Amino acid sequence: MSDILIVGAGQAGMQIAVSLRDNGFDGRIELVGEEPHGPYQRPPLSKAFLHGSADIETLELRSPSFYVDNKIVMVPDEKVVSVDLSGERGLAVTDTGREIHFDKLALATGSTPRRLPIEGAELDGVLYLRGIADAVALKNHWDAAASVVVIGGGFIGLEVAAGARMDGKQVTVLEAADRLIARAVSPETSEFYRAAHERRGTSVRLGAKISRIVGDGTKVTGVELDGGEVVPADIVMVGIGVIARGELAEQLGLETVNGAIVVNEFAETSDPRVIAAGDAVLLPHPLGGDAQVRLESVQNAVDQAKTAAKTLAGVREPYRAVPWFWSDQADLKLQIAGLSTGYDQTVVRGTPDDESFSVLYYRDDRLIAIDSVNAVSDYMAVRKALGSGSTIPAELAHNLETPLKTLVVDS
Amino acid sequence: MPKVTYIQPDGAEITLDARDGDSVMETAVKNGVRGIVAECGGACACATCHVFIDEAFTATVGEPGPLEDDMLDGAASDRQANSRLSCQVKMSAELDGLVVRIAPEQV
Repeated sequence: MSDILIVGAGQAGMQIAVSLRDNGFDGRIELVGEEPHGPYQRPPLSKAFLHGSADIETLELRSPSFYVDNKIVMVPDEKVVSVDLSGERGLAVTDTGREIHFDKLALATGSTPRRLPIEGAELDGVLYLRGIADAVALKNHWDAAASVVVIGGGFIGLEVAAGARMDGKQVTVLEAADRLIARAVSPETSEFYRAAHERRGTSVRLGAKISRIVGDGTKVTGVELDGGEVVPADIVMVGIGVIARGELAEQLGLETVNGAIVVNEFAETSDPRVIAAGDAVLLPHPLGGDAQVRLESVQNAVDQAKTAAKTLAGVREPYRAVPWFWSDQADLKLQIAGLSTGYDQTVVRGTPDDESFSVLYYRDDRLIAIDSVNAVSDYMAVRKALGSGSTIPAELAHNLETPLKTLVVDS
Repeated sequence: MPKVTYIQPDGAEITLDARDGDSVMETAVKNGVRGIVAECGGACACATCHVFIDEAFTATVGEPGPLEDDMLDGAASDRQANSRLSCQVKMSAELDGLVVRIAPEQV
């Protein structure tokens, strides 16, 4: 019997606790999170929650009684500030001064939005989106705002931009790179999203250079670009990526890279008493190979947490899972399966202008990923193919007459 | 509160009180019903909350929408005529007593 402390009560932390019980672990489990809520779903915060069709209770990942029934001690609103592994048992101290003794530690500390390091970023109305508190602040500013400037053309910014347009606001997206979502998708998909947002009335400015945020002394009024042009804004929503929260790992002397906690395929850190999962980790590519990746997704938080729980329960099972991801922007459902990093060929299936198409990614003639927009069958076929180590010949994939699932072959 | 019964592939049954308007998936997940994975949390993006609707309720529950229909085609367990993604079925007084069987494979 041993005691396990899980730091971080997000999707990954919650899943570690649940999966420990699923694997028959009957020791003590304490799950400590610094937010005032129990574990909840983050994805709806930029969509359903913002637009009023989901409340906090809807977002709960488990009912309060679930934790009691499963003997999971779930402690919200408390932050673990230090951990010490030098003694026979581990010792954690929280911001209330409480001491928690444990035998094994799970770090599911997540990530935090990258802050905009420019003049005016502290003005009221300059907002980020990560947790419920951020979403409530955004919601409180929302109705009164006629104009929204989104800084950063990634998933979260584009989801908020799409919602703002649907609510009739004037919306401008400022992206520093020469295309949208550049880190995650191909130029074809990026160009589609630029055009699709423009069609819906959003102004997308690529290669935008921001000099400062301007305000009336307390409240934001606009964003000034190099050259002096000011784009008016009642809300500035900043979505320029996240930083892994590796403070506790660094305190313990664990191996980290830019704050991300390095783990192996069993979710073990460089100290065998500590496992880590979710947004905060740098992990081996889950489909094999030498690459290390960070995966900021619900799928990875859940699946990697399951691996971590098995490791803690003494079941050695390496993490193998097809990464998948989705982003709902207006009526556009983007679904991604696999990781396209390192691709050398793409095949576009369908016509982007029809707002239903897919981009298949290949490396050395082997299928590695897909982006599908309103093309669920394509996405499902590729997700299945990648899961079974199969491929789809590139020269056949563009033909819309043939369903992709009929083209899957062993590779 | 409308009641919903989940039957596991091994025959085990559990009946829960649902919050009106919560989906069949949400009711299951919040109470830890095994076999309903629901990784995307209800966005109709993962096809891991696949259930078979009991015959007595198929007409009331209705047919899947086009997006759900495509997702079901790719579900891990082969779809049947009464297949639905439980995240898309909202509980209401009309569905009081609903019985669903959980698909054996979800991922």
